[in-house]
Amino acid sequence: MNTVIDLFSYDFFLNAFWASFFAAVSCGIVGTYIVSRRIVFVSGGITHASFGGIGIGYFLGWSPLLGAAIFAILSGWGIQLFTQKGKVREDSSIAIWWSLGMAIGIIFIYLSPGYAPNLMSYLFGSVLTVSTTELYLMGALSLVLVLFFALFYRLILYVAFDEEFAKTTGLPVNLINYLLISLIALTIVLNIRVVGIILILSLLTLPQATANLFTKDFKKMMVISVLFAFIGSFAGLLFSFYVDIPSGASIIFTLVLVFALMKLAFYIRQKLLSRG
Amino acid sequence: MNEKLVEIKNLSVSYDQQRVLEQANLDIHPLDFLGIIGPNGGGKTTLIKALLGLVKPDAGSIKFHIPLKKVGYLPQINQVDKRFPITVLDVVQSGKTGGKFLNVFRKDHADRLYAEQLIDEMGITGIRHKAIGELSGGQMQRVFLCRSLMNQPELLILDEPDTFVDNQFESELYEKLKELNKRMAILLVSHDVGTISYYVKTIACVNRQVHYHPSNVISTEQLASYNCPLQIITHGHIPHTVLGMHENHDHHEHRH
Repeated sequence: MNTVIDLFSYDFFLNAFWASFFAAVSCGIVGTYIVSRRIVFVSGGITHASFGGIGIGYFLGWSPLLGAAIFAILSGWGIQLFTQKGKVREDSSIAIWWSLGMAIGIIFIYLSPGYAPNLMSYLFGSVLTVSTTELYLMGALSLVLVLFFALFYRLILYVAFDEEFAKTTGLPVNLINYLLISLIALTIVLNIRVVGIILILSLLTLPQATANLFTKDFKKMMVISVLFAFIGSFAGLLFSFYVDIPSGASIIFTLVLVFALMKLAFYIRQKLLSRG
Repeated sequence: MNEKLVEIKNLSVSYDQQRVLEQANLDIHPLDFLGIIGPNGGGKTTLIKALLGLVKPDAGSIKFHIPLKKVGYLPQINQVDKRFPITVLDVVQSGKTGGKFLNVFRKDHADRLYAEQLIDEMGITGIRHKAIGELSGGQMQRVFLCRSLMNQPELLILDEPDTFVDNQFESELYEKLKELNKRMAILLVSHDVGTISYYVKTIACVNRQVHYHPSNVISTEQLASYNCPLQIITHGHIPHTVLGMHENHDHHEHRH
């Protein structure tokens, strides 16, 4: 059996390692925003809508990720626009984009000639097959996110916390909302290859739930989420490699396990403290 | 006082295609302490939101004679997400208009120092670094009051600050407002006519229209004549002025 150190001499493993690292950075940061703002299901809508772009990408012979990115950003804006201007209730608006995207994806994949070979990797992720180009894109996105959240930290925090009040202090609330929904869309699309459309919500919520046990400060929550996302992804990756199970599912399973253990630890600690 | 902070003229506002305010008129003067009362759905909050530029009026005008950032605002407490991961200091600092954003890592920023000063003055120094989810209703209101004071306002607008707080904090809050009123005009929306009339100087009844009442003594009959069907209820340990006293007030009614 290979030791972990040996694994790093394989290119595919090194790529997978960096993919989990960038996934942890991007999902840790963006997920904290999503969870704090309670827009987990907006993100679910964007994720599934992006499947439409993957289908059209296949059909036209483009990169499926490009199609997915366009669909994800448009659906993110669409959900916001519907809710704000169209007076559609937010959850209904999400459902419309969610199912529309899936429907378009299924139709175009059906129309595409031949069998779509790595369709499963979009649905369930496959961190071991992430390409170098995708890795560069993930790295660039992570860098952009770190810079954006560091430079505009307070602006983002204030708008996320109390949008209406933020308007009264003259903050560019709409601009920030649309920028952030675009960054959410890009984060989702570039991480689809890591854990897949079906599973990506967990990478955006589970590390945050774990981090939330330790802190109730937005900034610290981002940092701790990145940490737990990385622990979960890397441990999940190793687990999938040694036990030979799909990596996406393995990562999610590890994230849930970490959360459950931490939750239990906090529960026991509280019991002990309250006893004296 | 002939100087005015804000002039509202013939203001009409709709919400979901329904007219909530119709040709409303109201002037706010320096050091006013104006209580806004009226039935639920009568347009109290809409009036405030129009003042703050949060809803667009159909017609009419709102003229400010002070810079917009000199208007402090305390929204209804149920408007915010109480489980949001944010600390008391950050909430208070978010009240600053034109605050610096590039100060994630700096601690000695002027905004932060002023936020700390406000928190100290409110007597809640110990909760500075707590998350808002860990506070009691009274503490949370104090935090939001601090936030509304960040710009050193000349007009402070409060939307039902007395909900979800206990009686003791309620009287403390009103005493605090009385003190602040020496420096700034206060516009206070409340459902509790009895309590506020002890503290406010003047009253405006909002029910589609705005009826200004230049005194803090108002009777049920007068309320009825303003088309403002409210019951004057009293509770708690707050001293009350005589309500329902009938005097001749030269209340001018606008556009009945």
